[in-house]
Amino acid sequence: MIPAPFTYTRAASVDEALELAVQGGEDAKFLAGGHSLLPLMKLRLAVPETLIDIGRIGELSYIAEQDGHIVIGALTSHDAVARSGLLGSELPLLAHAAGQVGDPQVRHRGTIGGSLAHADPAADLPAVILALGATLVTRGASGSREIPAGDFFLDLFETALRPGELLTEIRIPKPHVTGWSYQKFTKRGIDWAIVGVAVQGGSVTLVNMGSTPLRAGAVERAVAAGSELRDAAAHAAEGTSPPDDLNGGRAYREHLARVLVARGLEEARSRS
Amino acid sequence: MSILGTRVVRTEDPRLLTAGGTYVDDLRVPELTQAARVTFVRSPIAHALITGIDAAAAREAPGVLAVLTANDLDDLPPPPPDDGGGGGDGGDGGEAAPLPLGGPWTEPLLAVDRVRFVGEPVAMVITTEHYQGEDAAELVSVDYEPLPPVIGADAALAGESLLFPAAGTNVAVTFGAPADATTFDGCEVVVERTIENQRLAPVPMEGRAAAAVWAAGKLTVWVSTQNAQISRFVLAGALGLDPDSIRVVAPDVGGGFGAKIGLDRDALLVAWAAKHTGRALRWAETRSENLLGMTHGRAQRQVIKIGGTLDGRILAYRLEIVQDTGAYPRMGGFLPFLTSLMATGPYDIGTAETAYRVIVTNTTPISAYRGAGRPEATAAVERAVDLFAVEIGMDPADVRRINLVPPDKFPFNSPCGAVYDTGAYSAALDKVLAGAGYQELRAEQARRRERGDVRQLGIGVASYVEITAADAAGGETARLVVHDDGTATVYTGSSAHGQGHHTAWAMLVQAELGIDMDKVTVVHGDTDLIPLGVGTYASRSLQLGGVAVQKAAVDVREQARRVAADMLEASESDLELDVDRGLWHVRGDPEASRTWAQVAGHAGEDGLAASVNYTEGQPTFPFGTHLAVAEVDTETGKATMLRHVTVDDAGTVLSPLLAEGQRHGGIAQGVAQALLEEMRYDAAGNPVTGTLVDYAIITAAELPSFELLASETPATINPLGAKGIGEAGTIGATPATQNAVIDAVSHLGVRHIDMPVTPERVWTAISDAREGR
Repeated sequence: MIPAPFTYTRAASVDEALELAVQGGEDAKFLAGGHSLLPLMKLRLAVPETLIDIGRIGELSYIAEQDGHIVIGALTSHDAVARSGLLGSELPLLAHAAGQVGDPQVRHRGTIGGSLAHADPAADLPAVILALGATLVTRGASGSREIPAGDFFLDLFETALRPGELLTEIRIPKPHVTGWSYQKFTKRGIDWAIVGVAVQGGSVTLVNMGSTPLRAGAVERAVAAGSELRDAAAHAAEGTSPPDDLNGGRAYREHLARVLVARGLEEARSRS
Repeated sequence: MSILGTRVVRTEDPRLLTAGGTYVDDLRVPELTQAARVTFVRSPIAHALITGIDAAAAREAPGVLAVLTANDLDDLPPPPPDDGGGGGDGGDGGEAAPLPLGGPWTEPLLAVDRVRFVGEPVAMVITTEHYQGEDAAELVSVDYEPLPPVIGADAALAGESLLFPAAGTNVAVTFGAPADATTFDGCEVVVERTIENQRLAPVPMEGRAAAAVWAAGKLTVWVSTQNAQISRFVLAGALGLDPDSIRVVAPDVGGGFGAKIGLDRDALLVAWAAKHTGRALRWAETRSENLLGMTHGRAQRQVIKIGGTLDGRILAYRLEIVQDTGAYPRMGGFLPFLTSLMATGPYDIGTAETAYRVIVTNTTPISAYRGAGRPEATAAVERAVDLFAVEIGMDPADVRRINLVPPDKFPFNSPCGAVYDTGAYSAALDKVLAGAGYQELRAEQARRRERGDVRQLGIGVASYVEITAADAAGGETARLVVHDDGTATVYTGSSAHGQGHHTAWAMLVQAELGIDMDKVTVVHGDTDLIPLGVGTYASRSLQLGGVAVQKAAVDVREQARRVAADMLEASESDLELDVDRGLWHVRGDPEASRTWAQVAGHAGEDGLAASVNYTEGQPTFPFGTHLAVAEVDTETGKATMLRHVTVDDAGTVLSPLLAEGQRHGGIAQGVAQALLEEMRYDAAGNPVTGTLVDYAIITAAELPSFELLASETPATINPLGAKGIGEAGTIGATPATQNAVIDAVSHLGVRHIDMPVTPERVWTAISDAREGR
């Protein structure tokens, strides 16, 4: 529970963070809220030589409306996302899901960008931004990129971010169809989802049903084709490869996905 | 009006809740300012021979002062001779085998040539700074030659791989008679089932910690323990020292739940190393170490068999236990004795049999955990009663009422050898049923079943009797001194680690002497100040330590009466103590009075002081009933607890607030065992729940508000009328919760689900029942 030795640096701006990343090379890691990285370091599963603390870069903490989109700075805390009046009216799915992350302490330290960049398939927000069709804005030494959420999550804890590249903003189009639902299934309130389901209109995504957040494509097609919701939900586990662990075997997770997708679709319809 | 029985606010809380507590790792005493840090090198393998240890690289690492292995332990006394206990027959005469076992079962301080569980201490690294220790520990290279791991009862009993080859078996203790073929003769219905009472980790907020200094021929050890005085004698034996040359201090202790009774080998090693190296040392384990290094609890596989008549009368019961005691037979070897003693619970069952085997496996050793053998007994019999009830189609509450020991049968000699002192068992049951609105709950359950709701209702009932202060003959000490400034100091052998002794003992002094609580200081956990004492476990504190305080106060009062009589020039028999005002006066003349300060000042050289060592001839038997209401989502299998209603009758209540606090904490831990917690190992003996992400302790979000009903049936064997309350929660709440979840899906054909009753297990049980599996 004591991390290996490391060098700590703190960046006051995005430019400085990128410069420190160049200096730190491959063994440098950005530190935001620390709720994913620090436990891994204490268990010595992660052993970065340099930490670049970006937690105090004020310019990356904001929620605003811009050209028909909602833009959120990567260092915005889960708590700020959950309590945002703008998000509450424009993107209630995201605000609600952010309020389901961890516990109040976690939500005050953890950031939306940190959660997305960490890319834990059991986390709430990756599947949510996938359902919302978000774009992730990054900055690196060679300039800025815009990456669609569907292209961002590559594998377990693996994203399209390049070494030294920083996720700076999440850009989300205002949804056309208002009905939404977030179904998070846990044993305890503070747990990661055993399975989760995000629904925004006809868009349905899955938490912890594979190595990345997954789009429930077969469900979406069935809904678009006018299937009964329960019938559409029966396709929820198609194309998934859920983990088999202490909290549930594969068959159980596949079953949960079908149940939760059905509930999600019904709740979303009731809200539309 | 006496302060006893009133809702006095805990006096220790402002200090503890505002970071004013001083735990071992917080100590900033002069003796420890230069203390070096101990880090343990622990086995990463469940079962292996050690073929070599190379510490050369670690010794060269920054800050390393020493690396110690078993080879350095040559200045310790030899282990005690073989007492013949190994693999022996514990007999059936009610005598539990002495533990820990010696001979071939002896537990080393540091692993010698073999490791037997992941987390076993293999070497110690001593560094100047805390953070250097873990880096250096990684550099200690230990060569392991893996042996086949023994995980679970079947592997242990098969005996193909032995933890202690010299013992020739993995069975450390055998107890009880073989099954009598005639026991269930005459029963119209017999139900038998194998159930698991799973392994738990205690998870106190403060992990284990110790610090030690050897100076001027005296060893001082600060340790997070429930028993400073016992720890002193354990240290003296292990280190070959005179007890008089050892001082043990237990400062604030952040919970123990039985896992801090005495002290572990890790703390013994810190004390030894301080003497061996001549350096002041300190050690505080990390949470990862705590989950594997601190003893675990429970871990019983039980075969329950219950028989009776179709109209609900239980005639016979048999309980067979395989107790997994982990890698070494510590107190885990004794726990099933208590389970056997309490096997038939609060029921008047004509014939009962118990038998157990204690096995060793390549896992963390088992010891006491809140309830220590009694929750296991209650869980078994309460599952058995529900299985019997559903088999004969009778309401489980009615089956309980028919079979509870009736009030006119006390003291009651149980068929398992216990003597239940006082009780009103069916009154407790009926009070809970009335408080919960049992008939309406059953009606609501029927409506949901009729409608085929996704969310079904389950009602779980568990009646219990337990044994507290099982070692009452061991007694407890108290010394009370009234000072000439009118204040008083209590020195208690009992050892607070969350219970509220400071409040309770001060209440007792105020009640007897009229000295205000805030003028009473309570001192505990320092063997220089309190050489003799037993400590806190087995729900013994109030009924032994509290009575000792009360008796010391009575003694002091009579001393003061003599002094005050002298001061007021009256005869002792005419002296009165006004307890409300704390003043002495002559009967009929309250104006001419003397304060405690005046009386103490006049008492001469010896002052006003009394010492008491209070022992009791027999234990007490608290009892009660818990009722849990669960809502089970039959699509996902998830149970949500809606209500928890209890009567926990622990005799006369001294402090309702403290008693409720004990019930709250115990219920939470009981629900946690029923629904969430389990320490699991894979087949290779690797712990798979070694962090608090995977080992799911409960939070307030998973619990309903508790509905605690009052009931007081005084104990008759002690002057306070008190029984223990510390463990009632885990004893009653666990089976009530488990029964509730199973009850919610029993109409679907589910008869039993092992704990923890996780959503996946519930879903699997429903699926199996639907498919007739």
